[in-house]
Amino acid sequence: MEAKHILIGHGSGGRLSRDLIRNLFVKYFSNPFLDGLGDASLVSIRGSKLAFTTDSYVIDPIFFPGGNIGQLAVSGTVNDLSVAGAIPEYLTAGFIIEEGLSINDLERIVQSMAEEANRAGVSIVAGDTKVVKKGQCDKLFINTSGIGHIPEERRHIQSGERIETGDKILLTGTLGDHAIAILSARENLEPDEAILSDAAPLNLVTELALQTPADIAAMHDITRGGLATILCETCENRSFGIKLYEDKIPVKQSVKSICELYGFDPLYLANEGKIMMIVKKGTEDHLCSRLREEPLSKDAVIIGEVTGDYPGRVVMQSFIGGMRNIDMLSGEMLPRIC
Amino acid sequence: MIFTEGFRDIGLAKKLLEQIRRTTKHAVRIMEVCGGHTMAIRKSGIQTLLPGEIELLSGPGCPVCVTDQRFIDLAVAYACLPETILLTYGDLIRVPGSAGSLDEAKASGADVRIIQSTFQALEIAKDNPGRNIIFAGIGFETTIPGTAVAVLEARKADIRNFFIISAHKTMPEAMGALIEEGIPIDGYIGPGHVSTIAGSRIFNPLADTYRIPIVISGFEPVDLLQSIWMLIKMLEEKRYGVEIQYSRLVSREGNLKARQMVDEVFEPCTQYWRGIGPIPGSGLRLRKEFSDFDAEKHIPVEVKSGPEPKACICGLILKGLKKPTDCPLFKRKCTPTYPVGACMVSSEGACSAYYHYNS
Repeated sequence: MEAKHILIGHGSGGRLSRDLIRNLFVKYFSNPFLDGLGDASLVSIRGSKLAFTTDSYVIDPIFFPGGNIGQLAVSGTVNDLSVAGAIPEYLTAGFIIEEGLSINDLERIVQSMAEEANRAGVSIVAGDTKVVKKGQCDKLFINTSGIGHIPEERRHIQSGERIETGDKILLTGTLGDHAIAILSARENLEPDEAILSDAAPLNLVTELALQTPADIAAMHDITRGGLATILCETCENRSFGIKLYEDKIPVKQSVKSICELYGFDPLYLANEGKIMMIVKKGTEDHLCSRLREEPLSKDAVIIGEVTGDYPGRVVMQSFIGGMRNIDMLSGEMLPRIC
Repeated sequence: MIFTEGFRDIGLAKKLLEQIRRTTKHAVRIMEVCGGHTMAIRKSGIQTLLPGEIELLSGPGCPVCVTDQRFIDLAVAYACLPETILLTYGDLIRVPGSAGSLDEAKASGADVRIIQSTFQALEIAKDNPGRNIIFAGIGFETTIPGTAVAVLEARKADIRNFFIISAHKTMPEAMGALIEEGIPIDGYIGPGHVSTIAGSRIFNPLADTYRIPIVISGFEPVDLLQSIWMLIKMLEEKRYGVEIQYSRLVSREGNLKARQMVDEVFEPCTQYWRGIGPIPGSGLRLRKEFSDFDAEKHIPVEVKSGPEPKACICGLILKGLKKPTDCPLFKRKCTPTYPVGACMVSSEGACSAYYHYNS
């Protein structure tokens, strides 16, 4: 049954979001740059090869363990450019502010945006401010757009055109930290070990990876929809499948415990500081150990491989050796988380 | 301390699988009644590891799946009343009723909220004295005490804007009804959380009447493998009765305090099960002394209820007569994103488990 109204699930990053984007936005906006639906679009202006992207941030609460909405707005857009293989350079920032927001809070957020931009080596070069009446938005919404240069030899990363059977799946760290940090803030959970959001600009990690003599076929930052959704999208309509090993997938114990309580699967949880890379067989160990030297990817690990056995599908071998199918996120697991 | 790791140990799992293989001599059909078990089995791929003689059937133990359409329609009708907040648990909001789901009612402006605990419901009632708070109570023995305690607390605190509609159900009657209907079931994997509250004793009459083995199981892969092994042993030795695998939580008597509260607030009634129909004694309604909290007695509402969707075979699936893959709508017209039947909506529904996990 198709929905007649917009449901919360349309914003989840899973199948509902994808259907809305394809059946409505792409239907009217269609062009070769947009239709690939990558993390960023690869465009060219008078010979300059550029990656261009935009994202809006509506997270509740606006301050959470390990970060705030502003920090997320900078790192999220930097990351969308970085995983396309681009070198992020300039950002814009648009603010929609609810009447009554404390100026002090706004200043803290803007200050951390500046710090985050500095950390990522990008400049915020244009902006916009709108104020709406109380109740017309929830405290603060931020939109950022970003642009960066993309070297010719990295253009294949966005499309994943060089992925083939035998390639290895690399994950740069633990799953679910961001989503569970937000959940704990919202539900006043106090886990034994505090869970902080992993929000961070990842161009350091992608540059490190791309400068390592390893052959990277694809990269994606694992945001809404989680690892499962990204892997499903990666092999959709392709001649290969992906096999994961449950015992290799890193999840912090505190995150696991909360997932058990709420019935969440870490494979579907949002992250803001983790990347999935597909790397050619034989170069994966070298890449892994190089990435482990960088604090943002210190838990890098190989979690699976590209296989010819299950074309177009993602499967996982469970702890006890059974096999299961992995599907995209279909609806909504949590309220707004990014 | 980490309690779950040992129950996911591959070494233990392999030993149990070997014992199951060695013990199994005959073809058997085992039903896991609880939706949590269905999910855990599919998630760890247990069905891909068992010998071919053992067939696992999914039963009617997912509370969302067995909630009949009229109850959804009733909840939607209440949600659409002015000055009303409709509260319920998780996935129920996505189950399609005759005129849409609670989720769609919410998108059209109704105030529908998901809660994790009935105490949240009481807080919401206190914070909104001018509005009627209606809690759509679903679930088995596991969630019933939560509703009972909320009613008792509301009476104590004199909260007059808190009401309930109840689709609460009890498990043993439904398990008996399936056997009565002639569905071939050789043994039951008994529900772990239901038994934690109600005690394993509630299944004794069932085991004795139908001379069937029942093993109350935990929810980790090793729990389920051990329970299957215990059932196979009972079947091969031609024994029946109730055994407890989940002994770290389940006792014969269960949680006495919870049971007392439930008995104080509720009395048995006939309840409608989606796809199965009415089962006498399988539901709970508020006792007369608590009728102040009965939404249907105090707030009149018009419910328009139509027939359940044609071609959807949720009923046959809930009874273990068909598998989700036998349904013509499965993966075609009915998906977790656009569900037709309730078994596809709930994360514990058989169709959803097959859709997500079967490889």
